[in-house]
Amino acid sequence: MADSMREVTLEDLDALEIGAAILGTGGGGNPYIGKLRVREELRKGRRIPVIPLDELPDDALVVSLGGIGAPVVGVEKIEQGEECLRALRAVEQEVGRKVDALISAEIGGANAMEPMLTAAQAGLPVVDGDGMGRAFPEMQMITWSIYGQRSAPAAMADEKGNVVVFRETASDKWLEDLARATVVAMGAAAGLAQAPMRGDFIKRAAIPGTVTQARNLGRVVLDANRNHTDPVQAVIDHEGGRLLMTAKITDLERHLKGGFAVGHLALDGFGNFQGDSGRIDLQNEFLIFTRNDVVEVCVPDLIVVLDADTGHPITTEMLRYGQRIAVLGLPCHALLRTPEALAVVGPAAFGYPDVTFEPMVAKKGS
Amino acid sequence: MIRIGVDVGGTNTDAVMMDGDKILAGVKSPTTEDVMGGVAESITKVLDQSGVPAAQVAAVMIGTTHFVNAVVERQHMVRTAAVRLCLPAAQCLPPMVDWPDDIREAVGGKFWLAKGGHEFDGREINALDMTELDGIAAEIGAAGINTIAISSIFSPVNDAMERQAMAQFKKRLPDANFTLSSEIGRLGILERENAAIMNASLRALSAKTVQAFTKALAQVGLTCPYYITQNDGTLMNRDFVQAYPVLTFASGPTNSMRGASFLSGESDAIVVDIGGTTTDVGALVKGFPRQASTTVDVGGVRTNFRMPDVYSIALGGGTIVAGEGDSMTVGPRSVGYRILQDALVFGGDTLTTTDVVSALGLADVGDTSKLAGLDKAHLENAKARIDEMVHNAVERMRVSPDPIPILAVGGGSILMPDTMGDLNVIRPEYYSVANAVGAAIGQISGEVDRIFSLEKTTREEALAEARTEATQKAITAGAHPDSIELLDQEDVPLAYLPGGATRIRLKVVGSMNG
Repeated sequence: MADSMREVTLEDLDALEIGAAILGTGGGGNPYIGKLRVREELRKGRRIPVIPLDELPDDALVVSLGGIGAPVVGVEKIEQGEECLRALRAVEQEVGRKVDALISAEIGGANAMEPMLTAAQAGLPVVDGDGMGRAFPEMQMITWSIYGQRSAPAAMADEKGNVVVFRETASDKWLEDLARATVVAMGAAAGLAQAPMRGDFIKRAAIPGTVTQARNLGRVVLDANRNHTDPVQAVIDHEGGRLLMTAKITDLERHLKGGFAVGHLALDGFGNFQGDSGRIDLQNEFLIFTRNDVVEVCVPDLIVVLDADTGHPITTEMLRYGQRIAVLGLPCHALLRTPEALAVVGPAAFGYPDVTFEPMVAKKGS
Repeated sequence: MIRIGVDVGGTNTDAVMMDGDKILAGVKSPTTEDVMGGVAESITKVLDQSGVPAAQVAAVMIGTTHFVNAVVERQHMVRTAAVRLCLPAAQCLPPMVDWPDDIREAVGGKFWLAKGGHEFDGREINALDMTELDGIAAEIGAAGINTIAISSIFSPVNDAMERQAMAQFKKRLPDANFTLSSEIGRLGILERENAAIMNASLRALSAKTVQAFTKALAQVGLTCPYYITQNDGTLMNRDFVQAYPVLTFASGPTNSMRGASFLSGESDAIVVDIGGTTTDVGALVKGFPRQASTTVDVGGVRTNFRMPDVYSIALGGGTIVAGEGDSMTVGPRSVGYRILQDALVFGGDTLTTTDVVSALGLADVGDTSKLAGLDKAHLENAKARIDEMVHNAVERMRVSPDPIPILAVGGGSILMPDTMGDLNVIRPEYYSVANAVGAAIGQISGEVDRIFSLEKTTREEALAEARTEATQKAITAGAHPDSIELLDQEDVPLAYLPGGATRIRLKVVGSMNG
């Protein structure tokens, strides 16, 4: 962990934006606005210290937080700026204690930045890790919940001054349902803070090092762009992943189902993959990659779509017929591959009971 | 209808005379510093060459890069007040937050945030506070600013607040001119607001330019109306361009693509426009350029304009071929406008792409005896590389697996082979003035881009509603009602929102009235 981040600085932001979007596997919202907001906080002279997971005291109190809502709304109704801070304060008030550190619920996409903003405002550090190691569409799809931590009491705050506390919920899935209804009433954008967790639990349950990972991942893409080397290969080498296909999108179908963008992409291979046909199923995020009718990689392993030339990530809302893309498989963390995790984030949980999760093989240890 | 199409480029101002679908004449003149001199000269030349009396010309259509160049060069932009109706939302990122310093300074960098804005479903975030707006108007007046850009959250869904704020400001600032973000951009407050501010700051230049065009036409004896082409290949009248100069930013590549379409008779094709230094590749769908779906930088500022999706590569007629064998490179450097001095075939000492195709007998330019000593294998190697570069760009922009043609325009299109993969290459007549032709055939459009709730309506009803709205906009902009047809529609379900809402983008076009 020699190169672990100790602080988020202005120089990290472009790389974080790209790295977070790559780990978003198509979803999680675009981190561009988050990047600008962090930049504004840093320019005010505020600081964002980062604590490596192994340095977190066992009795530290850590809150997981992030934005909740629709990404399309997020680019139009920008936050007031302290939504997550108000949600955090409400949780602190509810449990009667101050927290010691913040952690990202979801490193993939826009929520990589939210805890950093709140950390800058509250004078707290962020922990180098998160609860997904990628992006997932629902709140119970998080390691805190999978490994036994209850999310309530949780609090939500909007830009208008509304704060809602969920003192008790029957399950974490219930919190997801109640929060989803609340966020629509709040105007489809809000900050959400969950029940404080102890340091020893976080050390056991968090996907480690993902803030540093996102920053470094973005760096290799930017370095490759600068040096005119292959950014796609750079991402693969960095993550120990595999190039699944270079392809052109030959069909694109998206529709609305239960509040999610659901659909699939049809792919025609080019380059070394000439003659292959591929398919990616998506539900906000890319879920399943199929080559010539055989499932090759599926959730919770990461299926990443990059622009074939620039290596920059393409989110599901940016997909377009005819795009030339590189499809990558990146192995997810071992914490997402246990039976209890697969019950919540495996293919069956997304409506694919017939698909069995076969872990893709990593080229190097993580 | 007899009309003149004009394209004001960086190097040349081209003009064509057209009668209906027939091209009567096409000419080139150097672009002048004041722009108007070149316009007047090229029109005079095209009148002479065609023999058409000025009185018979029914309209002039002009494509210009004047306004986008002003932004790129940070010239002629005036101080602008940016007012955003949003509070309490959106205060963490003020207007112009992501602009390069020099362009922010060029427009003065002044902004105000005020209560207001809407939710995605049309509810108010906050009501407008007229007292607050009066205070802002007083400050704008005291700062001596006369140009105001107003943005409001979800104004593409509901523009009422932007209009009410403008009306309130006008009470105190009767002479100010206004740009409303809802009239310019789509969803994405920062990008739309950026466009509104740039537009406002160019209003003075556009007023001046419109006057100068009017004068240039009067000078050559033309009294007919004239139009300016916008990003999507459709026309704006002079009042409209005066109000929305930013809508011309991408008209150059658009005109070249539409011109290529017209000249070849193809409506679905890849267009390859090869100049001296770069090649622009775009895709035509139903005769119009395919639009970019992501944000587009203009002079370092993010916008979400309706811009054609153009992929540019560093390859042109003047591109330098260097090195030998495996280390041979084609570009990115080019001799550019010095091609007539520097290229081997014109007596220079630099091997360019033009020399390669000439030496291989694929084009007939200059003095091929000067190319006699070149190694054939090396030339073929270079040619293969050129073809590969263009081919990759073409494949990137290809919109369907169907074998659509490639249209080659621009002076450098001699580099193009006759076929590329499974696609045929067409070099239409008048290919060097394709841009001016594109201007001459401009149409009128209407567009809708907003979120529709699907709780009480079906998707089909929402699409029909959007089409009615777009048609109304086109008619208002001057389209003949009977000629209006659907050009493009797209709906994107909004992720994460239960209940059902979809974002519909829809565009119709029609021919000009009269």
